[in-house]
Amino acid sequence: MTDDGKQRKSGLTAFLDLCRETLELGGKTLDFLSTAMRQMQAPRRPPEPLAKSGRSEDRELETEAQIQRRERIGTGLVICFFLLAVLGGIGFLIAYWSGRNNTQVLGGSLALFLCGMGITLVLWARLLVVQKEAVEQRHPLQSSPLAQKVAAKAFCDGAHDIRRRRLLAWMGVGGAGLFGAMVLSLLRSLGMSPDKSLYSRIWKGGQRLVTSDGKPLSLSSLETGSMVTVFPEDQIGAERAQTILVRVKEHLLQLPSERAGWAPSGYVAYSRVCTHAGCPVGEFEAEQSILLCPCHQSTFDVLRAAAPTGGPAARPLPQLPLYADADGTLRAGGGFTAPPGPGFWGIS
Amino acid sequence: MITEKIARQASEAIDSRLRAAKFIRTALNHVFPDHWSFMLGEIALYSFMILVVTGTYLALFFHASSAKVIYNGSYHALDGQKVSVAYRSVLNICFDVPAGLLVRQMHHWAALIFLWAILAHMARIFLTAAYRKPREMNWLIGLTLLVLALVNGFFGYSMLDDLLSGTGLRIGYAILISIPLVGPWLAFLFMGGTVPNPATLPRMFALHIFLVPGLITALLGLHLFMIWRQLHTNYPGPKRTNRTIVGSRLWPAYTGKSIGLLLLVFGVIAGLGAFFQIDPVWTYGPYDPASTMAGAQPDWYLGWVEGALRLFPGVNLRLGHWLIPEIFFPAVLMPSLLFLFLYSWPFTEKLFSKDTGDQNVLRLPYEQPFLTAGGAGLFIFLLVLLVSGGDDFLALAVGGSVVEIRTILRIVVLIAPPCAAVLTYFICVRVMRRKALRTRMTSPEASAEAAAPDEMALEPRPPVDVHELTPGGE
Repeated sequence: MTDDGKQRKSGLTAFLDLCRETLELGGKTLDFLSTAMRQMQAPRRPPEPLAKSGRSEDRELETEAQIQRRERIGTGLVICFFLLAVLGGIGFLIAYWSGRNNTQVLGGSLALFLCGMGITLVLWARLLVVQKEAVEQRHPLQSSPLAQKVAAKAFCDGAHDIRRRRLLAWMGVGGAGLFGAMVLSLLRSLGMSPDKSLYSRIWKGGQRLVTSDGKPLSLSSLETGSMVTVFPEDQIGAERAQTILVRVKEHLLQLPSERAGWAPSGYVAYSRVCTHAGCPVGEFEAEQSILLCPCHQSTFDVLRAAAPTGGPAARPLPQLPLYADADGTLRAGGGFTAPPGPGFWGIS
Repeated sequence: MITEKIARQASEAIDSRLRAAKFIRTALNHVFPDHWSFMLGEIALYSFMILVVTGTYLALFFHASSAKVIYNGSYHALDGQKVSVAYRSVLNICFDVPAGLLVRQMHHWAALIFLWAILAHMARIFLTAAYRKPREMNWLIGLTLLVLALVNGFFGYSMLDDLLSGTGLRIGYAILISIPLVGPWLAFLFMGGTVPNPATLPRMFALHIFLVPGLITALLGLHLFMIWRQLHTNYPGPKRTNRTIVGSRLWPAYTGKSIGLLLLVFGVIAGLGAFFQIDPVWTYGPYDPASTMAGAQPDWYLGWVEGALRLFPGVNLRLGHWLIPEIFFPAVLMPSLLFLFLYSWPFTEKLFSKDTGDQNVLRLPYEQPFLTAGGAGLFIFLLVLLVSGGDDFLALAVGGSVVEIRTILRIVVLIAPPCAAVLTYFICVRVMRRKALRTRMTSPEASAEAAAPDEMALEPRPPVDVHELTPGGE
């Protein structure tokens, strides 16, 4: 019962409110119309003057007469350069659509267009714009100490509303750490660990030395003082496997005593990858018995186990032990004396 | 006036949606100093834009794959040769894509000009001490942009898989692997194994066209935002104090000049791309692990590293079982120390200088003999290294042997920089004295002003703007 009465009562109030609002609205409308009428009859006020744009104090650097004289010269110049640009533009279109694909004509006409337009604009800015010197005050970059404090306070107030902040911090650290570990794990798919291939000495004992065409070499293949690039049979053309085979006069060789048997009939073999920066040590100078790297001009003495003799390289080229089998075919007596290629932290 | 009507309508239309009227006004009124040396950074910005535009065009035709194919295209000298897909696509760009060679050469020239402009810009900043408060952060960002530009330049010319770029990649690998402890891991992580291997090219491509340019764009935005916020510096002169900026306004004088400069930079690069051949990879031939180009040279901006590689003697340093390769010192340690010095310089300088507060008026190089002398020494050091990067050509040109030339250069690189520094110092002091004398003779007030330029820095701050405290005041 009471609920019903309340509802009816509120319904009644609402109705009364509505009536009053309608009346008020009517009154407002009348007010508005009358003021509008009055305004329409009243003479129009002059427009509010615009605030300064902020450049009223700019100093003109020339007199009006100077400006006018420059304008006449400037107009002619600007039109000339614009016409040049148009010429370039049309030239480019013709050059392109003719299908000749001539780099000089295409690029030349493009350059003519762009430079023509560029000069036109620069001339315009210099000759056809009134030159003024503007002086502006800099606002200090720093806010007032109060503003700085308010900013800091805004952060602190917000932080104050966070409950269990320590827990949040721990969760943040934990989550970020976990996420970091996940991302770093993904990096693992970018590369295998370096150990296996880096330490490889490439050759296996007994492998034949073959040229890049796959031809095996024997004791009679090379003249004294000549060289050839060889590979293991199973890695022809591989970068790290390239080996330089040189034949020198046997009595000149000064190999260390433990390598004495590695040079049958004066044949010696070294890695062809420079120990400095990894370029192929491609040049052999027979007179001085020197191997030269063309990248940074390191030199290695062929007679003394490829010891570095000049240039920036510090370590000798790894040597390949050689032997000749019963038919005189050259074979590797084992791997290189060291992993070939530029040096790194763990190289022995 | 019809212009005014349109301007007002446009302004109202934008403002009613973005509340931008105040910004538009301050933007149009923004003052830029009129000095040629402020254009250097702009040239760098515009050549980067050209790099993005031409690079996008090239990326549509380039395939970063080292899979081997038999070449059978329009360049008949290489018909039937085994080349990589990447190299074939470059030949295709050069010989078959309409305007392809032009765009490729423009891209390469734009990269050279980009680096040149960055270095010239930085030299200007350094020698006029523009890195002082409040602009230290922008110096750091600028240096990072330089590093990114150097790295991306290397990626760019190493992707083409021609003989020269293959040689460069090998050296890059050797440098990376030489870093103590982590070198082999870094090299394998980045290159996917020992070079050459099929993973390297796609990685460099992704870095070159996406990651590094993205970083450059983001940092450039930040760089420009800071300049906008802090306003430019001014060279010393009448009305130019720590609290004013003098120059021409963005609208219209500066707009015209700047867009004109953009078009001119674009035009000059188009001209270079048209008439000056650059990196003709078809004459180098495809990459072949067993051969090297005689006289292989990096692009000029990496020539100083190449020179250091050549001059540094072959020391075989071992820490017990472990090796520190000789290449580590000139190619990793020296550049790291150089950049460490540059990154820390604004903060190091603070230890010695008495500057307080914001420094908006530049110092002229001769007003700070010590700094200018250091800059000159650094410049000569890098220049000698750059020359050493071509010592084999130098030997050919002067008719000596490479060994002799290198011995001379090793001495020069140690002696010339200090000599240049000392010489510069005395020249600066002399110029300063002469200027002081001249101003003292002409006007007593001017001499007082010139003698104490730092007094401006000590001026009290103007009273705080009340608007700053009210919300939305800015």
